[in-house]
Amino acid sequence: MHSVMATLRLALAIFLASALAPAWALDAAQARAIAVGEGDARIAALQAAVTRGDPGLAAFAQALLDDAVKTTATGVFIVRDDKAVDAITGQPVKLPDDAEDVSNNNRLRGALQAALSGLRLLSPDLPTRRAAVDDLAKGDADPALLPVIDKAIGREADATLKSRLERLKAAVQIAAPERTLRLQAIQQLSSSGEPTVRALLQARLAPDAETDPELRAALGHAVAQVDARLAWGERLGVLFTGASLGSILLLVALGLAITYGLMGVINMAHGELMMIGAYTTWGVQNLFRHFAPGLFDAYIVLAIPASFIVSAAVGAVLERGIIRFLYGRPLETLLATWGISLVLMQGVRSLFGAQNVEVENPSWMSGGIAVASNLTLPWNRLAIIAFAALVLLATWLLVNRTRLGLFVRGVTQNRRMASCTGINTTRIDTLAFALGAGIAGLAGCALSQVGNVGPDLGQSYIVDSFMVVVLGGVGQLAGTVLAALGLGLMNKMLEGLAGAVLAKIFVLVFIVVFIQKRPQGLFALKGRSAES
Amino acid sequence: MNTLNPVQLLPESRRGLLLGVRGWSVVIGALAVVAVLIPLLNLAVPAGNPLHFGDYGVALVAKIMCYAMCALAMDLVWGYTGILSLGHGLYFALGGYAMGMYLMRQIGHDGNYRSDLPDFMVFLDWKTLPWTWSGSASFACQMLLVVAVPGALAAVFGWFAFRSRIKGVYFSIITQALTFAGMLLFFRNETGFGGNNGFTDFKRILGVPLALPSTRMVLFVLTGLMLIAFYLLARAIVNSKYGRVLQAIRDAESRVMFTGYDPLRYKLSIWVLSAVMCGIAGALYVPQVGIINPSEMSPAASIEMAIWAAVGGRGTLVGPIVGAFFVNGAKSWFTQAFPEFWLYFLGALFIAVTLFLPHGIMGIANRLKREKGVEVKA
Repeated sequence: MHSVMATLRLALAIFLASALAPAWALDAAQARAIAVGEGDARIAALQAAVTRGDPGLAAFAQALLDDAVKTTATGVFIVRDDKAVDAITGQPVKLPDDAEDVSNNNRLRGALQAALSGLRLLSPDLPTRRAAVDDLAKGDADPALLPVIDKAIGREADATLKSRLERLKAAVQIAAPERTLRLQAIQQLSSSGEPTVRALLQARLAPDAETDPELRAALGHAVAQVDARLAWGERLGVLFTGASLGSILLLVALGLAITYGLMGVINMAHGELMMIGAYTTWGVQNLFRHFAPGLFDAYIVLAIPASFIVSAAVGAVLERGIIRFLYGRPLETLLATWGISLVLMQGVRSLFGAQNVEVENPSWMSGGIAVASNLTLPWNRLAIIAFAALVLLATWLLVNRTRLGLFVRGVTQNRRMASCTGINTTRIDTLAFALGAGIAGLAGCALSQVGNVGPDLGQSYIVDSFMVVVLGGVGQLAGTVLAALGLGLMNKMLEGLAGAVLAKIFVLVFIVVFIQKRPQGLFALKGRSAES
Repeated sequence: MNTLNPVQLLPESRRGLLLGVRGWSVVIGALAVVAVLIPLLNLAVPAGNPLHFGDYGVALVAKIMCYAMCALAMDLVWGYTGILSLGHGLYFALGGYAMGMYLMRQIGHDGNYRSDLPDFMVFLDWKTLPWTWSGSASFACQMLLVVAVPGALAAVFGWFAFRSRIKGVYFSIITQALTFAGMLLFFRNETGFGGNNGFTDFKRILGVPLALPSTRMVLFVLTGLMLIAFYLLARAIVNSKYGRVLQAIRDAESRVMFTGYDPLRYKLSIWVLSAVMCGIAGALYVPQVGIINPSEMSPAASIEMAIWAAVGGRGTLVGPIVGAFFVNGAKSWFTQAFPEFWLYFLGALFIAVTLFLPHGIMGIANRLKREKGVEVKA
């Protein structure tokens, strides 16, 4: 552990040294002034060096922080892994016998840390500067850094980074003794859209912080402006979580739209077919972890087809074994598939235990893109939205553009006529049911990336997914899509107003009322097939 | 559509008496068992005697009799009217909660916090009772709610649903959504009914301690009498002209409409009656089982009610009672002997009954009877 840390520090030191070429331009007197003497004098020397922007200071400050600096009466040395270099020239030297350790108290350490961040602000490397601004924006800004920040503002070419630096400066100056500086700072900060700035402004509004009434008014105004900007992030966030929930509902309901919408089979075991898909994903993940750890990030590529195939196979067996005897008796089908769902759930419990199993995201799915300061879109949610769109497209193509889809639609509309034209209707039934089950498996695979995978996984979605089908109407994919996205958005918007549970209740009540007006759902089939 | 049990005309002579001689003797036998035999075997026969009917058995039979009322209620709407409800657990639980509120108030100062308020309210730091509890101190008021709340909810929901002619599977799914919404609502602490713990730790009813064997026996006998009363009521309904219209709606709703009947009134009234029966069953269930919580409203609990009726035999009135006893008896045996296998058994039961036994246990019984009859004639 210790050696790992040491290597890391060494790597950092080398990086800093190379980033600040030409290195080692600190002269001996300055280095000694920073390393030896009274605390106040050392800090003053350090800050003077930072303001001058001495190259090599970063490596030296880092070495001081690592307690790797030794001094003699004339020389300053950096000792790492028992090899000494001269801190001024960078040349390897033999450490003199009378070299003494440099000790730093906490105040000095803090000053060294601040100096390091300040130095990184002056780095020629844009990502390093950006990271430095991020670091400084997180903590309380140190007034001592003001000269460095000023210098960085003067040099900065990147416009967004420059404005962020200016806000950083303002965050320091907001507590300045001069009234004009404070006013300037407030005006500067009001252009921000970051939650930390809002907190900073709010803190200044405390009774003992800002006393000038005019400035207090300006502060209030600034908070309102920042709030307005933050509100946009929140609104977008609600839209995004709504779309995310909608895409999950869509994946869940697409399979139902086929088994119920096209075939008229109420499949209460749909949730359990999803659960099987999720467990298949878990199994594929374990295989990769065990046999091909290097390819772990790619397991999802195999998990998607595997979950489709396994669920579709289970679906085909169920159709052949049980459901085909119940066509035309929807209420009986409902009870039988409920029984199937109980057996499947208990089966998974017996095989894999009642506990949830852990499905790990591929590494590229963790993290997200920051759209606004208070809104980050996680990659796994984005991936599911894209995945849902792809599955929707594939399903649409399959139903509307292939021979199988044509047969399925034919059998749905008029079974006997389809049979007369030579379609093997029982085979089409099996295939269509397997397709619906396979899509459930895909939904399970997607769910395993965002939620818990356990024997009860399907139960929590079954009521919601039937609501989507009921609301969307049967027999049309467009209705399912609209209903899924609509319900997802509505759920999340109401959640913001009334809390999760009440939102769900409102949505359910809304559906019950909606069905009054349109008993056939959003998109009702018209014509002869509507009344069957 | 559904022609499991086509309408049969009963002989004129039987109609006035509801049941034949054998039927009445079975009812009187059942009365004797629940009101005389079991109380005697439980209270008068000492515990060591092999004839002693233990407290566990009394509690189990009482619980199953409550379930049997629900199965009977399900059968009236599903077996006779063709409406499959997947949400009757909601009405059962509402009746139970109305009774539970009264029992919570009866605890008085004996709760853990020695407060006038129920324990969970003290725990939530509430100072006064919510408005929903305003009548909870009065037994009569709460008994009125046992009937009124499930009845009113069923009336409102049924009126909307039947008026826009939602039927079949759509209706079933909506009822499931309704009980699901109810469960979510009752899970919240803010709703004021104890959140996910519900009500428990009851002490007394009408001032009498619930733990007394005699109190339990009185409740048991009451439950038995209520079940028999419901059976006779259902029999009367089924045999009446009103019952014939219900069965006609089940078999061909459009034709009933074309002959001048308004199916809405018939469906709505039987729907409300069935909900009230479930509410009363819930109210009898709670003091005997000692707990009520939102899990009674879960979709799974409601769908199990459908299987009681289906296993016994839909469209017969003895069937649901037999089914409730069979399924729940099996459940209490399985969950003790082989807990892992209970769900396999229940799942297989759902599948087997729908595939092979559309008439349930009563169907088997009738077939055996018929075969014997043929043999005798031959």
